[in-house]
Order: sequence, then C-alpha cells, then structure tokens
Amino acid sequence: MAPTTNTLDRTNYLNATKGFMSWFWTIDHKRLGLMYLWSVIACFIMGGFFAMKIRLNLMPGAVDFATQTAEQMNAYNNAFTVHGAVMVFLVIIPSIPAALGNFVLPLMLGAKDVAFPRLNRFSYHLWIIGALLFVATLLIGNLDTGWTFYPPYSTGHTDPSVITAVLGAFILGFSSIFTGLNFIVTIHKMRPPQMTWFKMPLFLWAIYATAVIQVLATPVIGISLLLILVEKTMQIGIFTPELGGDPVFFQHLFWFYSHPAVYIMVLPGMGIMSELFATFSRKPIFGYKSIAMSSIAIAIFSFIVWGHHMFISGQSDLMSVIFSALTFSVAVPSAIKVFNWISTMYKGSISFSVPMLYGMSIIWLFGIGGLTGLFLATLGTDVVFHDTYFVVAHFHYVMVGSALFGFIGGIYYWWPKMYGKVVDGPLAKVGCVLSFLGFNLTFLPQFVGGSKGMPRRYAAYGSEQGFDDWNYWSTMGAMVLLAGLSIALFGLLRSFFVKGALSPANPWGGVTLEWQTPSPPPEHNFEIDPPTVGDPYDMSLVEYRGEVEGFLPVNPREDDPCVAYIAPEEA
Amino acid sequence: MNMYTLLSMMLQHQKEDFFFPSQASANAATVDFIFYFIFYVSLFAFITIVLATAIFAWRYRRSKVGMTPEDSPHHSTRIEIVWSVVPSIFMVMMFWYGFEDFTERRTPPADSYEIHAKASKWQWEFEYPNGASSFGFIDAGEYQGKGLFVPLGKNVRIRLESSDVLHSFSIPNFRVKMDVVPGRYTDVWFNAIELGDFPIFCTEYCGTKHSRMLSKVHVVSEEDFAVWLKENQEDPNASPVDKGKRLFSAKCTACHAVDGSTKIGPALNGKYGTIENIVGGTVTIDDNYIRRSILDPSADIVVGFENVPMTSFAGQLSDDDISNITAYLKSLTE
Amino acid sequence: MSSHDNHPEGVAHHFETAEQQFDSGKLGIWTFLLTEVLFFSALFVAYTMYRDNYPEVFQFASQYLDTNLGALNTLVLLLSSFTIAWGVRNAMLGETKMLTINLIITLICAAGFMVIKAEEYGHKFHEGTLWGGHEHSIFQLDASKVDPEIAAHSKAWSNPDGEFSAAVKDLDPEFRQKLGIFFGVYFCLTGLHGIHVLIGMILLTWLLIRNLRGEFGPKNFAAVDFIALYWHLVDLIWIFLFPLLYLIS
Repeated sequence: MAPTTNTLDRTNYLNATKGFMSWFWTIDHKRLGLMYLWSVIACFIMGGFFAMKIRLNLMPGAVDFATQTAEQMNAYNNAFTVHGAVMVFLVIIPSIPAALGNFVLPLMLGAKDVAFPRLNRFSYHLWIIGALLFVATLLIGNLDTGWTFYPPYSTGHTDPSVITAVLGAFILGFSSIFTGLNFIVTIHKMRPPQMTWFKMPLFLWAIYATAVIQVLATPVIGISLLLILVEKTMQIGIFTPELGGDPVFFQHLFWFYSHPAVYIMVLPGMGIMSELFATFSRKPIFGYKSIAMSSIAIAIFSFIVWGHHMFISGQSDLMSVIFSALTFSVAVPSAIKVFNWISTMYKGSISFSVPMLYGMSIIWLFGIGGLTGLFLATLGTDVVFHDTYFVVAHFHYVMVGSALFGFIGGIYYWWPKMYGKVVDGPLAKVGCVLSFLGFNLTFLPQFVGGSKGMPRRYAAYGSEQGFDDWNYWSTMGAMVLLAGLSIALFGLLRSFFVKGALSPANPWGGVTLEWQTPSPPPEHNFEIDPPTVGDPYDMSLVEYRGEVEGFLPVNPREDDPCVAYIAPEEA
Repeated sequence: MNMYTLLSMMLQHQKEDFFFPSQASANAATVDFIFYFIFYVSLFAFITIVLATAIFAWRYRRSKVGMTPEDSPHHSTRIEIVWSVVPSIFMVMMFWYGFEDFTERRTPPADSYEIHAKASKWQWEFEYPNGASSFGFIDAGEYQGKGLFVPLGKNVRIRLESSDVLHSFSIPNFRVKMDVVPGRYTDVWFNAIELGDFPIFCTEYCGTKHSRMLSKVHVVSEEDFAVWLKENQEDPNASPVDKGKRLFSAKCTACHAVDGSTKIGPALNGKYGTIENIVGGTVTIDDNYIRRSILDPSADIVVGFENVPMTSFAGQLSDDDISNITAYLKSLTE
Repeated sequence: MSSHDNHPEGVAHHFETAEQQFDSGKLGIWTFLLTEVLFFSALFVAYTMYRDNYPEVFQFASQYLDTNLGALNTLVLLLSSFTIAWGVRNAMLGETKMLTINLIITLICAAGFMVIKAEEYGHKFHEGTLWGGHEHSIFQLDASKVDPEIAAHSKAWSNPDGEFSAAVKDLDPEFRQKLGIFFGVYFCLTGLHGIHVLIGMILLTWLLIRNLRGEFGPKNFAAVDFIALYWHLVDLIWIFLFPLLYLIS
C-alpha cells in the first residue's frame, strides 16, 4: 500500500457516500454518532439560551420584585422548565451514550457496527421526533411544571403544553431504551474473542452499566409519563387527590427512573475520565478492576436510593431513614473512582492536552458535587436544603461538572478520530479554563444562597430576603461560563470548517482499539481484521513516532494502514 | 450529656453566620452541628483531592513529547481497602447524626400547641385552636395579612393541608420544611427560641406566583400571643359584611383587588349590579353570578381573563361563606 | 474488505457468523421483554397500592367486570400462544404452509380478543362504569349485580337501614370516588395491554407477508421466534391481569 499524502483524501466514512439521505438514512454507527453529536449541541445551545434567560432574570435589579407581572413570572417559570427538560432529556442523557458511545463503542470492540444498526437509526429518528415535540411545546404554550412534571399541578392546573412535552419525553425514553439495548447486546456478543470482560476498556464498562440502567429504569418513566398524559387528557384519577389518587405515588415512579438517570448522565462521563487519565498519564489505569466493578455497583445501587428525593414529600419516615442509609452506599464506589484516577497520575507522564484539562477539571468539580451530596443524603441537613439553591448547585456540579465537562472532554479526545483533525491549541485551553472558572463562579454562590434558605424556582427575590449578592455573582459567573463554552465550541467549529492540523491514527497514545485504525476510520471501521487485542491500558504497546507526529504500535503489522499515513508536513 | 450534645452546644450561636440564618428554633443548633461536621470532613477530603491532583500534575508533567514513564504499581489492594473503608466510617457517622435529628424532628411532642396551615395557590392561611385565623402572601412586594403567630418557647405543631397542588412549608430560621400534599395531612413542629419575625417560604413549585407565596412567622411572648389570639378571634355576632370582608381578604385578595386595579383577575369593587361582558355574551353581576363564579369559575369568564383560569372554591367555602362574601361585594357598590 | 468475499449468506455485514447474529437477536429480544415487564410494572404497583389501600372497593368494583368475557379472552389468548409456538416449530422445519395456517389462527385469535375487549369497553361506556374524572361516570348500578353479602360487609355501601342500595348516588362519596380509581387502573392496564395486542397483530401480519413470500426456513426463522416470544409475553401479562382484575373475592 503506497503512502497517501493526506488522510482526509482517502476513502473514509465521511466521504464514502454523499448527500442528505446518505446521512439521514445511514445505519453507520459513526455517522449516527456524529448526527447525535450535532443535534445534542444544537439542543445544548437552546437549553443554554434558557439558562441565560434565568440568570439574567435573577440578576438583582433586572426585575422589580414588587411590580413583576404574572406574565413575567410565567415567562420565568417557562424558562426554568424548558431549561431543565431540554438539558436533561435532550442533552445530558443522550450526550455521551448516544453521541460518543455510538461513535466509539464498536470501534473500541474492533467491530464493524453495533449489533442492530437499523434499530440504532430508529433510535435516532425517535430522538428527532422527541426533540421536535419539545420545540412544538415551546410554540404552543407556556410549559411551567418544572422538568419533574409533578401532579396535580401538571395534570390539573396548567396549560395543555404538558401533553406535547410529556409525549416528547416518552418518545425520547424509547430512543434511550433502544440505544441501551443495542449497546448491551453489542458488548455481550460482538467483542473479539481475545477481549475478555476484564480486557474491556473502562469506557465500555461505564457504557455497559449505563445501558443496564437505561433498559431497566427508562420504561418506568415511560409509563409514568403516559399516566400523566391520560390523567391530563381524561382525568383517569390515579394521581389526582380529588379523585382518590395519590400525587406522591407519581414522585416514587418519577424518581425510580430519575435517580438512576443521574447515573445515566454521570457514569459515561466517569468512563471517559478513566480513558483520559490513562492515556494522558501514559500509565495503566490504577485499580482497573475496582473502577470496572464500581461502575456496576453504582448501576445497581442507583435503583434503591430514589427515595432520598422525597424525605419531606410525605412518604413514611421509616422509608426516608432506609433510603438515607442506602444512599451512602452510592457514595463509596464514586469515591473509589476519584481516588483511582488521581493515583493513575502518580509517577505518570502527564500531558496537559485539552481533553486532560477537562479531565482534571472534573476531578475537582465532581469532588464538590459528590461531597455536597453527603449533605443531601443525610436526613437532618437535607430537610433544610431540600428545594433550595443548595440542591440546584449540587446537581449542577454533578451533571455539568461531571457529565457535561466529560462530554466536552470526550469530544476533544475523539475529535481527531471523528474528523481527522486535532484541536489542541491555546484557544481551546482558554475555553476549558474559562468554563471551569465561570462554572465555579456561577454555582459556588448558590450553595451559600441555598443554605441560607433561598428556594428554587422563584421568579424573583425581594432585596430584603438577602439573596442579592449570591444571585449577582452567580449571574456574573454564568457570563464567564458562556464565554468559556462559546470558545470551546468555536474551537471545534473552526476545526470543522477550516482545514486544521491533520491527525495521525493515534495522536494521544491511547491503546484501545479505536486508535488502531486511521483517522477518520474507513466505512467499516478497520481495514485489516481482526485488529490486535491486548491489554487496553498497556502503554508499552504503543510508542511515539515523530514521522507521523503520533503514536504507532511498537511492532506494527506489515499491513497496518496506520503506518502508511505520514505526517501532514511531509505531504 | 454525651459528646454529641456537647459539641452541638459548643457550636450554638444565635447570630446569622456565613452559611445559615440565625438559629431561631431549639433544634436549629443540632442541624448546624451536623452540617459543620459533614462540612469539615468534606473540606478535608476535598483539599486532599485538590492537592494530590495539583502536586501530581506538576511533579509528573510530561517533559518530552511521547515520553513513557517508568513502571509503577497498577493497583494496591491495601490502599484501595483503606480508601473504601475510611470514608465509609465517616458516612456511617453522618447517617447516624442525620437519622437521630430526623427522628426527633418528625415526632411532635404530645403537648404541642397545634395550628392548622392551609396552603392554596398562592397563600398561607393559619387557623388557631380558638377559631382565630390569619393569612399571608406577597403582593406588590409587600407582605399581606398578619402571617403566622407563635408563642416563644413552646412546642408548636403545624398541621399542613393543601386545597389544590403540592406546596411546601419552609422556615429557614427554624430549619424546618415539609411538603403540603393535597389529599392528606402532613406536619412540622418546632420550638421557637428567638423573638422576632422570620420568613416563611413555599418551597415546592406551585405555579405562576410561587415566588410570592411568602409569609412571616412572628415569634411573640406567651402573654402577647394570648392577647393576639383573643383579638383575632372571630366575632360570631359580626355583620355578614364584616365576615365577608374577612373571608375575601383571606381567600380572594391574591387575585382580586377592591381598589379598581387589575391583579390576576378583575377588580371587584363597584361591580355588583352592573352588566359585565363575558365570553359569549353579557351577564348581570348578581348573587347567582357570584355564587357560580366561586363554585364553577370557568362557566362564565369575563372577557380579557380567558387565560388566567380561577380555581373553584367548591368545598372550601360554605353557602354561608358565599352569602357573606356576596354581602361584602354588595357593600362595595353602595 | 477482504472478509466480505467469503461472508456467509443471510448474515448482516457486521456479524461474523449466523450464530452470532441469531444469539444477538435473542439477547436483544429478551432484554426488550424485560423492559416491557418494567413498563407494565408501574401499573401493577399502582394496582397493588390502591388495592391495599381500598380492599373493599376493589372487591366491590370487580363485580362490574364480565368474568365470562374475561375468561373467554384468556382462552383465546392461550390458544394463540399455542399456535404461535407451533408456528416457530413450523418455521424451523421449513413447513411453510402450516406456518401460514398457524399465523392466520394467531391473528384471528388476536382480533377476536380485541373484539371481545371492545365489547366489554362499550358496555362500560354505556353503563357509565368508568374512571372518576369521566363526565359520564355515574355508576348507576344494576341491583342484580350486587352481592348482598359483600354489600353488607361494606360499611360504605350499607345505608342507614342496613339494607343495601342499588343506586351509587347513595354511596358514601369517598367510596364512590375510589370506585373510580379501580376503573382508572382497570382501563390503564387493559388499555395498555390492548395496545400491545394491536402491535402484536401488526407484527404477525408482517410475519405472514414475509412467510407468503417464502422468506422463512430452517436457516432463517429468527423473526418468527422473536415475535413469538413477544406474543407469549403479551399473553402472560393477560394471565396476570385476568385474576387480578376479574376474580377478586
């Protein structure tokens, strides 16, 4: 095979076929992954718009507490509802599993595709329908239930936009179930023979644990949302007190899904962390088995802790006590992961590439997010913090600080594999640092506001309530965060539209299989098969080769196409 | 006296601190103790994490492109057990403190003075054993109504009920909070130890004016409380207009003004006996129309207010109540 | 791309062997059935919770369900489960004609089930034995249907004279309200189950068309096998629903 001058000129999955339908109707997991990626980013921008609307509204002086009209309050209530629903259902849940998972999972397994490619396409189309229903919700009414859709407010006291929103979330749920099902079967049945469970990359362990939750928990929210729908349209009575129903029952069903859903969001981010810390420390991950097992433990425990969202909901006190005790069981495996990542850095050779900067940010952000969770697992303090900004800050640290930063870190990490170009310049680093600082400035003040009693979901606060300072800094932080994230996105878009530095097959030195195929990969992932499967974190298997400005296997096979790719400068 | 109560006494403070408003109830200090216990344990853990990350990042930074480090251990069962078990021990302590406090807080003493709080969109109504009542919400940035009065140093239990959606009753200074669930009773109890006024928040989202479902709790001495109770006891011989005025200010003023201004709903002064445009026609505002509007508000909606449906007060107001309110509205025209 | 030259026939490009493909499908359908069970589980929890809270209401309300029609539907579904299981065997052995017959019988049973269900629903809408929030839900009951013994045991049901009354308007309003919960749960459970039967009918029709095109045989029977599993689950759920809703006593 003659050396080719430019990786992007070769036939790869991006240029193999052309036209709208070749993307829209594709069954290629890589193209589906990319479409998810850009769709999720589009929804993130929409959710971010509403986040800014919230923060600007809460800027002291922006709205006069005394003269705020009902319309203004409704607009605010709509903003926080749409922000929450879009970010949860359309952004964070699909972000890593559906976008990055779809792209990376078969590559990591050395497989040609996921087990059910057409089901995968169907998932994406369901996702699009769900997203469109959310957009329709914005147009037809003033959705103001909060993303939790608690009855009886949602079913009997607000406008019909609940119907489209709930239907949208229901359909998104099925998209999520089918994606999870696909991943479970793919991991079980399509691993290469040499890849035993404990030779699987940790990202796959995390995706597997996530998929188990998706498959087991999502149907429950599906039926709950369906019940909200029939309650709203036909007053079936199951959640309506006037008709003998019990609104707290909905909360049980809702959190039976939505607490595990937190781990649908966080676990994949943790999986990415494991990849980042190994690769950028050029060291085997510390405590491989305990990280793998802690993913599974988190998945299992996540199903038995939902009641900690309901300590003061009116559930029995005994149940609250049991749920509090069980909740701490989730904290231990999470802590283990953090310690393992840090230990991986010990005596490593740490590179501060953009993905690693995100990785290190997450350690600190997830540290705060996890530790503040202890206050909320503890009964006595949760009673005080429940439904205040303390909770808001806590879950943003977990969902944004871990899941979203993990997502962005993952995008930067696999971007070279996706588009054959590396984004690792100072601008991208500035984006990461600004996001980190802005994020902390936004949410640290909310902890204090919350512990002082500042309730969530308030359209305005009077100055005499004493929350103005915290809101001021939080809004300032949101501006910085906006700037940071915009720069991060700009870096990606510039690389997408402008020809940037071309990427070798393995720019960072990862040992997992996706780095053993050219960037971007050919249509069917690998030109030679089967690829060599070894220990996914044995860094001695690859070495840095200046002539390709990247890493190559120490003893490359003669027919390895990656060897033939030469550095762009020599082209 | 065990170590735990001793520590919580040491931490006891009356003033507002960085994290919390003043400790105005007897068990606020316990909650704050639990908070600071978790806080310092977490702070230590967090500083350890940050330092380790920062030190490793600096000490082991990559000095040469593509450099592979020397081999070092991939795992260590001993250290992994240590960092699983040690945090677990602290977590057991956290759980236990929280559990003890929670149990105490969820069990109102038998001798508690009981006040009923009724939550409805978007106001609080308080009923005292002797028939006195008061209410509270925010309008035009000002606290309306008298709010909740409680005696200093007595165990007070608030029984909570909701007539429409979920609400939540929260007094940060007392460190209490409890959801108000339609269709069942819930309760909170506290023992106020500081004289003064403290805010009451609704902390479960309940619709448009959730942010205005605020009131104040006034902690007064037992003597003052007795006086207040007496003054606010409803006079059975009051005229229907006075009774109606009282009901109107408790039930209706969140949405209807009597000074001609439009709030959520139309102003109701000078309306009795006039002809009003309603959706699909006109109607004379008479006793029947008022009754219908209270019990089945969506039947005849005044033009311009189609998008702000009123909730029915069926079951909340008796026939007598309605005729008293009608008498009051009538008096506003004369 | 060298492996594509000798790729086994009937195996999708991303699978190595037919066995891998079949096993993947099998694991996939079982996982899907697990999600289906969880999908129904919330409603079963609702049933359990409300029955536990209002046992006498459930016992009482259950009488308004037509046990005969329910039993008939159970038989119909059992028969269809049998024929689809036989159909899988037919597909494995390549007995195309018999498979067609079995698929048609299964389809007829499914349609029969829906007709009987529609009959039951129609009757309830006619009588007004519906969920609490329905505008026509008045529970005007037929005296002949009320078991005096149960009525006598139900305090809410007895009027001051100790006699039982046939008109639900005399019922304790709270009791009447809870009757609505029973029918709410009934309609949700059977409605969701009915939707699953309808989806099953679409899938069976698809199988029938593919079979008439001669697509199934000993090497390619996975679709029949998987849809049969789905159908068994639909049947199984009904087997739980029938006693839980119709046979409370």
